[in-house]
Amino acid sequence: MSAVIEARGLSKRAGRATLLDGVGVTVAPGEMVAIIGPNGAGKSTLLRLLSGDLRPNEGEVRLKQRDITSYTPRELAARRAMLSQHINVTFPFTVEEIVLMGAGERSVREAGPLVEAALDEVGLSHFRERQLPTLSGGEQQRTHFARVLVQLACGEAEHGPGLLLLDEPTSSLDLRHQIDLVEAARRRAAGGTAVIAILHDLNLAIRFADRLIVLNGGRLAADGPRTDIVTREIIRDIFEIDAVVHRSDDGVPYVLPQSMQALGPQ
Amino acid sequence: MSVAVGTEAGSSRRTGAGRRFTSIAIPLLLAVLAATAIIALTVGAAGIPFSRLPAALGLAGNAAADAMTARDQLVLWSIRIPRIAATAMVGGLLAAAGAIMQGLFRNPLADPALVGVASGGALAAASAIVFTDSRFGETLRFLQTELLPLAAFAGSLTTTAILYGISSRAGRTSIAIFLLAGVAITAITNAGIGLLVFIADDRQLRDITFWMLGSMSGATWTKAAVLAPVLVIGLGACAYIARGLDLLVLGEADAFHGGTDVERLKRISIVMVSAMTGVAVSISGVIGFVGIVVPHLLRLVIGPAHRLLLPASVLSGAILMVGADTLARTIVAPAEMPIGILTAAVGAPVFLGILLRQRGLASL
Repeated sequence: MSAVIEARGLSKRAGRATLLDGVGVTVAPGEMVAIIGPNGAGKSTLLRLLSGDLRPNEGEVRLKQRDITSYTPRELAARRAMLSQHINVTFPFTVEEIVLMGAGERSVREAGPLVEAALDEVGLSHFRERQLPTLSGGEQQRTHFARVLVQLACGEAEHGPGLLLLDEPTSSLDLRHQIDLVEAARRRAAGGTAVIAILHDLNLAIRFADRLIVLNGGRLAADGPRTDIVTREIIRDIFEIDAVVHRSDDGVPYVLPQSMQALGPQ
Repeated sequence: MSVAVGTEAGSSRRTGAGRRFTSIAIPLLLAVLAATAIIALTVGAAGIPFSRLPAALGLAGNAAADAMTARDQLVLWSIRIPRIAATAMVGGLLAAAGAIMQGLFRNPLADPALVGVASGGALAAASAIVFTDSRFGETLRFLQTELLPLAAFAGSLTTTAILYGISSRAGRTSIAIFLLAGVAITAITNAGIGLLVFIADDRQLRDITFWMLGSMSGATWTKAAVLAPVLVIGLGACAYIARGLDLLVLGEADAFHGGTDVERLKRISIVMVSAMTGVAVSISGVIGFVGIVVPHLLRLVIGPAHRLLLPASVLSGAILMVGADTLARTIVAPAEMPIGILTAAVGAPVFLGILLRQRGLASL
């Protein structure tokens, strides 16, 4: 199957600092990929390049076999949806109005069922008429996730499997809603969507994704199936912690950090 | 997997259910505007009772039958109707410009008059008054009526662009820097106006002072004819940018992710705010707070979605200005109070009210 998104040799500089240096990523339909790495590794920069929001200094991004810069913003929105971190809504829009924004120009009548289903999926149906600024951080994040799901569903109805990008989607969520969100994303992948998410919780990333991409210092440090990536050595090199890697009954690895202090020179 | 089909009840719901008045807002505001305009027609230095109104408007038969009707007709058609029309359009333009600017900056406190956009227009207008004097040739003097709105538009556009350039960086707009830059720009433009006052002769001085206070007393059919096309274009632009302004509430990056051409949206918004403010200011002088009060009160009642907020702002701004102007020309009759004093007296407390409500929420 041909890739949903294909990025080659991406470099991004800001002034003298190199944020990203020659990174390539290809993701197929139905694939779930987690991007992991320490702070400042270039994870958010990579995601913004893949979303078409930033332009690389070098390299190119192809979305569904077309140069991403050749799409208009509206065409792009019909093929990839992205959930950012820290969205601050200042005006008193209701939860329902925010979620409906994902439906673009579609009328309320057309998009109503999609909005309803997405609100149901993130467990916010009862907050439909609440004003967003009055909700907690986690509830606001779930509202925006519902909006992104509506956008994805509308786009996929017309153009087939699309791309879902998630930038630390679980950062303000409690444990239950972290799992709910991850499972919602998995259901999209099962339907053919390519999902790429930045995740800080290593164990959640392992559970969630079939494939891990490790960034460090703006470079691609590793890219492969979770069983290959999650080793004591890689975790020590990348995160500078000592950790024991166990395997659960179903063979999926999990990580137990032994010391939170950085290791000295080896 | 695409999202499953929702419940029956869900598909028939209106957005923002729980907000009242959304479906009747526009007809209701139109009715209130008509009522306000009729009252404004009847009161003033020369009173025209309701009973004589149909004859004076030429709606009843045998018009111009007597001297009284002839006088009423003169008052209505050459003074009062053009003034009410111009006042309503100025109010609509100022309120819509405020609502667009607040959407653009994602802050309910943004107002063209408050952050120097109106005074940028006033500076350019004052320059036009002084430098189109007969000292510089009769042609320019003759062109003053045409030049004033253009100059005011250019002045407003320049200040808005400077303001956006200063307060936006890498796609984010700092509201604190925006408001402070607005204070600085207002100070600079006021210094410029002061300089013009200094070099102006007596007649020009009177004209310039009129900008500073704001008044509709100079309204004519010609001025109404300048306002009308800007209002029509403005309403068209409002319909075009409404969805983009809604999405912009998520921030520039997320508005883009949602399918908005953010750069184009910003360009159109800035040009429209400048044109609407500049042309209104060139007719009425600087009138503050209409652009803050009207959209703020409307958001409380009909919600913040721009598709309804922008046209409702035009109508409510018109109602507010026609009402204020009627008051301005009656409370100290036969003299007139500058309307800018009235709108500031109402608007400044509302502005402080918004500040107090926001104080606890988040840092600017």
